[in-house]
Amino acid sequence: MANIVKREHRGEVTAAEPVRTVTYSPPVDVVETADELRLYADLPGVRPEDLDIRFENGELTLHAKVAPRPEKGEFLLREYGVGDFYRTFTISEEIDSDKISAELTQGVLVLHLPKREAVKPKRITVKTS
Amino acid sequence: MARLGWEPLAGLWREMENFRREMDRLLERWGWEGYGWPSLTAGYPPINVWEDEANVYAELELPGMALEDLEIYVTGRNQLSIKGERKAPQVEKGTWLRQERPFGSFHRIVTLPVDVEADKVEARLQNGVLTIVMPKCEEAKPRKITVKAV
Repeated sequence: MANIVKREHRGEVTAAEPVRTVTYSPPVDVVETADELRLYADLPGVRPEDLDIRFENGELTLHAKVAPRPEKGEFLLREYGVGDFYRTFTISEEIDSDKISAELTQGVLVLHLPKREAVKPKRITVKTS
Repeated sequence: MARLGWEPLAGLWREMENFRREMDRLLERWGWEGYGWPSLTAGYPPINVWEDEANVYAELELPGMALEDLEIYVTGRNQLSIKGERKAPQVEKGTWLRQERPFGSFHRIVTLPVDVEADKVEARLQNGVLTIVMPKCEEAKPRKITVKAV
């Protein structure tokens, strides 16, 4: 039977099932600027074609398929498990969903969620009368 | 005669040496300037090590890092050392709403159970996963022993 591995630095393991079916919650950073919400996620071992990003009704879903590693061999030390990544976020900010863009470089996803024009802060010029 | 007496002690000595190394690493972790690496587990970043007949393999997840940011070496034929620094992204303007990803410097040393050819070690970094392939020394490779029937 496969071992159950808890991966501390990844946060909670969503299912206590054998290694092959465990899904990990990736750590993320979120930065808000005047124009966008920018999300960084650590997705080691993920190729762009394995990543599925959805945004519907203010809910953002990240799902990445990861093939088991190693394919063969005998473990001498096992400190982390390998599995799919899955995480959802509720975004209260008004997002221009047509302009969402994403890049995945060396296992780091950078997702740009541009704010809708209407919610961007506007500078109001005050005139003296 | 002396050799026989020393064998069990050698095992004990190795245990003590391992313990000392663990302690060193703990102290190093308390004293270091990095931040963000969680400190409750054995060491960071976590490492997986496995073997087949010809090689020992080590793997670490280092998303966003480049090979130039890493120092990887094998000393004393069985000490694998990985050193590096993961830098936080530069954010000129904006507010951090969430910060979960670990950043900072790290140094991990792992004692391998077999001797490896230090000058033939290869490392590759693909999609943020570092894989180190270390060919076993000839003496460390398993050998099939043919048993002759008498």
